[in-house]
Amino acid sequence: MEGTLNLIGAGLVVIGAGLGLGKIGGSAMDAIARQPEAAGKIQTAMIIIAALLEGLAFAALILGK
Amino acid sequence: MVILRKPLHVIAAIAIAMLPLFSFANVSVDSVKNESHEVHASAEVHHETAAEPQDKKAKVDAYIQHHLQDSYDFTFFSDEKEGKHYGFSLPVILLDNGLKVFSSSKFHHGETVAEVDGNFYKLYHGKIYKTDAAGTISYDEHHHPTNAKPLDFSITKNVVSMLFASALLLLMFVGLAKSYKKGPIPTGFGRILEPLILFIRDEIAIPNIGEKKYRKFMGYLLTVFFLIWLLNLLGMTPLGINVTGNIAVTICLALFTYFITQFSANKDYWMHIFWMPGVPVPMKIILMPIEILGTLTKPFALLIRLFANITAGHVVIMSLIAMIFVGKNLAADLPISLGLTLFISIIEVLVAFLQAFIFTMLSSLFIGMAVQDHHHDDHH
Repeated sequence: MEGTLNLIGAGLVVIGAGLGLGKIGGSAMDAIARQPEAAGKIQTAMIIIAALLEGLAFAALILGK
Repeated sequence: MVILRKPLHVIAAIAIAMLPLFSFANVSVDSVKNESHEVHASAEVHHETAAEPQDKKAKVDAYIQHHLQDSYDFTFFSDEKEGKHYGFSLPVILLDNGLKVFSSSKFHHGETVAEVDGNFYKLYHGKIYKTDAAGTISYDEHHHPTNAKPLDFSITKNVVSMLFASALLLLMFVGLAKSYKKGPIPTGFGRILEPLILFIRDEIAIPNIGEKKYRKFMGYLLTVFFLIWLLNLLGMTPLGINVTGNIAVTICLALFTYFITQFSANKDYWMHIFWMPGVPVPMKIILMPIEILGTLTKPFALLIRLFANITAGHVVIMSLIAMIFVGKNLAADLPISLGLTLFISIIEVLVAFLQAFIFTMLSSLFIGMAVQDHHHDDHH
């Protein structure tokens, strides 16, 4: 039972992280389309935010295990 | 020729896309065969065939677990039938009433008790315990061993890998430094390293820490970037190295960042933590513990990210390779398994760079937060 709940929790974490990453990626795409000359800076910022989000998701996955 | 080539590509692509279907077809044929076979066979045989994959899965699980942990010997591969391990033993250094140095070959991969100067040590679940001559290990009610654990300073697999990586880094960068004596343009392998160093300086250090203060931290940032990158890439080789996927290593790296950040922080940084300027007094009191916790969560996120990314990558690759051994139909499983492994491996090469980059980037971001000058006279 506990194992199943853990798996459901892991799924929820992945859904949340996926939504977050999708939003970051989509916004970055929009921003790059509007200002292609700032693509480098936008990419760097995007990677940082994505890394922070990923860290949060991994923390949840590891603490939940 | 061009017209001829394109349909060929299309046919090849379709053939590759159809591969999973072939494999499914084979599996169904196989299962039909198995069923007919099982009908004729006795119940005992049926039991055996059912038990075998489970056993294989457990074996694969144990193998992956073993790979993820540090070990006292460097085993490249082992022959299970003969019980032989191919690799080399590493020195074990224990501090237990004086220094005890012996080769890990005395443990015989955990099968025997090692005797050193009248003391007996046994390897149990990857840890060394002090035991009696028979090697008995006593447990408490949670099935944790209660035997004494000597202080362990052994040169383990991870330590050897890190020493190897450090030696490699030293070799590469001393070569680069020497080539600058001859002229402004580096020669040989230094031509690959110079743009990377400039990338760290111009894209990571200067924008985050600032033009004036970045120089002091370049040594740390470059070291951490190249060490993590090289160790990640070494983890991709079939040597079975898994250093950055070891939480002790990432904790240590994150602690370096934490202490460098705290010890290089200026007055403004501490004021923002303990007495946030520009907010009402009750808010300042609420913010203080949050900010203090914030200094700890930043390196915590750093260490978890690196550890989890590399561990996940190793587990995925090993699981995909394990498909060959767990599956019933070798001809169908082999191309799928190898294809997926190749795909994930390519992604992992990217991840190896990305994680080193992110670690360096966030380290410099945290350091930059601690050292930057704040210009807030009127607003805030």
